[in-house]
Formats: sequence, C-alpha cells, structure tokens
Amino acid sequence: MNTPMNPQSNAMPESPVNTQVPAPTVISATRRMYWSVRRELWESRSIYIAPLAAGGLALAGFLISTIHLPGKMHAALALNPMQQHDLIERPYNFAAFLIMGSTFIVAIFYCLDALHGERRDRSILFWKSLPVSDLTTVLSKASIPIVILPLLTFAITVVTQCIMLLLNTTALLGNGPSLSMLWGHLSLWHMSLMLLFHLLAIHGLWYAPFYGWLLLVSGWARRLPFLWAALPLLAIGVVEKIAFNTLHFGAMLEHRMGGPGSAASAANSMSMDSLMQVSLGQFLMSPGLWIGLAVTAAFLAAAVRLRRYREPI
Amino acid sequence: MTAIEARGLRKAYGATLALDGVNFRVDEGRILGLIGPNGAGKTTALNAILGLTPYQGELKVLGRDPWNERDQLMRDVCFIADVAVLPRWLRVSQALDYLAGVHPRFDREKAQGFLAKTNIRHSNRVRELSKGMVTQLHLALVMAIDAKLLVLDEPTLGLDILYRKQFYDSLLNDYFDRNRTIVVTTHQVEEVQHVLTDLMFMNRGRIVLDCSMEEFESRYLEVLVPPEKLAAARSLKPIQERQALGRSTLLFDRVDRQQLAGFGEVRTPSIADVFVAVMSSQAGQAQGAAR
Repeated sequence: MNTPMNPQSNAMPESPVNTQVPAPTVISATRRMYWSVRRELWESRSIYIAPLAAGGLALAGFLISTIHLPGKMHAALALNPMQQHDLIERPYNFAAFLIMGSTFIVAIFYCLDALHGERRDRSILFWKSLPVSDLTTVLSKASIPIVILPLLTFAITVVTQCIMLLLNTTALLGNGPSLSMLWGHLSLWHMSLMLLFHLLAIHGLWYAPFYGWLLLVSGWARRLPFLWAALPLLAIGVVEKIAFNTLHFGAMLEHRMGGPGSAASAANSMSMDSLMQVSLGQFLMSPGLWIGLAVTAAFLAAAVRLRRYREPI
Repeated sequence: MTAIEARGLRKAYGATLALDGVNFRVDEGRILGLIGPNGAGKTTALNAILGLTPYQGELKVLGRDPWNERDQLMRDVCFIADVAVLPRWLRVSQALDYLAGVHPRFDREKAQGFLAKTNIRHSNRVRELSKGMVTQLHLALVMAIDAKLLVLDEPTLGLDILYRKQFYDSLLNDYFDRNRTIVVTTHQVEEVQHVLTDLMFMNRGRIVLDCSMEEFESRYLEVLVPPEKLAAARSLKPIQERQALGRSTLLFDRVDRQQLAGFGEVRTPSIADVFVAVMSSQAGQAQGAAR
C-alpha cells in the first residue's frame, strides 16, 4: 500500500478533523521575528556547521600538539614572561581566529544568497503568502551576520577554548611549574571578554555596511550576486583613480575592513590585540561607527523596498 | 459582503498591457473561476490581489489595499501558486512550527489531522516528496488556516488525475463554506466546472465574460442537431458549430430553450467549449461577448 500513486493511501484530507474554531491569537512582532530568524537557521545550516567544524578542526590539531606539550612547556620556563605569555596564548588565539574566519566567510555567502535564493526557487511566493512583512524578513536576515553569527562564534570559541584548557591541564598534570605557568598566563575570562567585544563591535556593528550592501545586491541581482556585489566597488575605485588619481574609496574600504583601531595597516589589524586598542567608549563615540550604521540602514531600507517589488526570477 | 472589488485595474509591463483597466467584483462565499489563454492577465490579476505587484486603479481585497497592506491582508488570505513554491529544504515539522509561529489563524492540530491521512511524514523534507505530495502538504497547511479568501493559481498543474480530483474534492468538502471565497485559475476547465459558482473569462488584459454559473447555464445552450434540421438551426446564429460522429453540435448564446428543443437534445455546454467559442468570436469584436 505504499505505492505513491495509490488512491487510498494518498487520499487528500477528506473529512473535517476538527470543527472548533480557535480564537485568532495575536502574534507579536517579536514572535514573528523570532520565528523568522529560526527559519534562517533551518535554511542555512552552515551558520552553525561551519564554526563547529572550525572548532573541531582546531581541537584536533591542538590534541595532536599536546603530545609535545610537556617538553615545550619545560623549555618555555626559561623564556621571559612576555614570550611565555605569547607562547601559551597562541593556540587559543589561533582557534579563535579559525572560528571567526569561518563565520566571516559564512556571513558573506549567507548575505549574498539570503534574498536571491528565495527568488530563484520561487519560495518567495510562499513566504509572501504569510503575514510577515518585508521589513521583518529583511531584518531577520540582517540579524544573522550582525547579531547571531557573532554570538554563535563567541559561544563556540569559548567552549573550544575551555576544552583546550582542559586538555592542556590534563597533559600537564603532575608537572607543577608548567601548570602554574599555564594558569598564570592564560586568562580565559579576559580573553573571552575581549573576544565578545571584538565580535559584537567589529564583526557585528563595524562590518554591518558590508552585510547591508551584500543583502541589497542579493535582493537586486537576477544572476551572479557575487559579481554584482564586488564589481561596482572595484569600478568605483578604478574610476576614481583614473579621474582624480586618488585612492580614497579604496582606503575607505580598507579602513572599514581593518576596524576602527587600524589606521591603514591591514596586517596589524588582523591581530586581536590591535583591535583591542579601541575601548568601548572610543568605539561608541567614533563617527565611523555611526556613519556605517546609517549606511547600513539605508542599504537595508533599499533591500526591503526591492523585496516588495521583486518577483521570482 | 464584497471580498474583492476592482475598478479600472491596470498594469503594464513595458508596452504590454497585462491588465487593461478591468472592473470586477467578487462577493463573499463565491468560488470564482478565472479562465483565459496564456498571457491573458490572470496571474497578473491574482498577483495584484495578493499584493505581490503594484498596479494602477482601485483594488480592495477584504477592504484592504493589497499593495500597501500585504502582511496584514495575508492573515485572511491564503495562496497556492502555479508551481510548488514550498522551499525544498523545508521539513514538514518546520513548516508546521513556522506557521504556528507567525500565523495567527493557523490551527496546527488541524493541519496534522490532514497530514495524517497522507503518506507525508513530519520528518520529510519537501525535496523528498513527490509533486503530488507537495501539493497535498501545501493544501493541508492552507486548509488549516482559517482564512476568508483562498487564491489558487493553477493549483493542479502537473498533477496526475487522482491528485487533481482529490484536490478539488477535499477543498469543497473540508474547506469551503459560505463565509469563504475562492478564486481559482486553471487550464483544466472541465475539472472545476461543477465546483464554480462564478465564471470570468479573460483575454489580453480584458474581461470578456463575467457571470454566475446560473447565468451561464441559462444563457449558453448546446444542441445536438441532426443533418436535416441543420439549416434551420443555423439561422438562429449559433456562436459555434462542431462536428462529431456525423452529428453537429451547435452552441447558442441567449436563444430560447423551447425554440432549440425542436432541433434536438438541449444541454449545458462545457465551459471549455464556450470558452473556445467566445475567444474565437473575440477576434472580430473588441469586447463583444461581455455583458
């Protein structure tokens, strides 16, 4: 009776199941937002699979490295405290970078597909047949790179680092000096606070205009959103160079990429400490942040408008 | 009460007029069939009703302006589109969760009850289901929403005959009541003939026929005429003539039934035959067959 064409087993729903009419419940905007965000997590599972995989990878590498750990720690006892600190913190920072890098890439590809995929597979017609506004939809999609991914990155990184510390400690059990050096130099609490600030401030808020731009292009382009997102930026830079022989646009993008603390040095900006040069107060006072957020709002408003007008591709 | 009211509804894509200033009204509790050839403007009309496309002219759906109030309107309107539009990654359980999460009129238990009668499991993803099952799923979701207006755009396209029949049967038996309104477009006209209460033909952005099924049945009659009475029957100006098995079938518009009974057996024509006749007589006259 399992053949798909069987009229009995495949009968359309036939008799009323339930005749009671439930009173229409009022659904708050928060609840619609919550379910819209969950919907995004169902659709794009890479949002959590990628950082989990990166964390797993970091742990695997770290586990192998613990074989040499007692010897390395013993040698490190001879170094000065600064060097010791660097040596001990390095794998923890590396794990954090790996996870952060993976979610940054996920954020880019997520944004490019967010408003494009639903038009490509025509599912936009289904989503639009539900009482969820275009604004809620676009905001739920923007919240993924701006809020959800930083928080998720933070949680996964902290868990990874705790497991690393556990492995480290286990490997050094019975080795008093090395163990006290490890716990003396490693302050996971401090690192986590820095990381959380960095993720929310830089990856969330400071990079928000990038995500806004990508979402806008994803809602606009009929094909190849990646090219449409990248080429205009390149074109503006090239035209500026030819017309005025200046590189302001490129410098602006670089400054945006590098974070508020970086003047120009991209290499420097990739290390976490340099990003920490900016205090919370300075960050909140910096015009760059607010200009960036205003630009993001403009991009998102345009994306909302586009979603209203756009039809399936 | 009026479910849909359009006045001077117009929509142009570049130089093409998809809707050429149409006027129509659909009352609550009706099942309207919107019939027309490809490119007639049916889907554009439905898209305007659903707030999916901007338009010129006046349009009120359940008293709302669909373009500016789509999200509020969608609390009372459901929609199944021409092809399965459920996203392929969606699990059945997720669809139920999401609808229960965002739709104030969705009754999850009702949907589960409908699904229990199918082979669809809650753990299935849409991509794992056959086309017929996806339609069953969409219908189960939609029928569990206590909506006032249901819009169906070619809902049974590409389905086999069993699914097609079940689709309309369950819609009529389990869903429709006098408080709901259904608007359906389809090319499978013969399937909806017994379902409809109202009929609208469209061609090139215009409405060429707009009547209730009672009007349709009293207005259009077809007669099987034996050869010897053919000349006399033809003098009454049939709008269409068909030959089959040596007998002629003549289709008349607004000719007295008693008068026709003299020529042979009189019966109600199929919508499809009237449609073909109206469309071909359209060629000469601009808005000829319209009332």
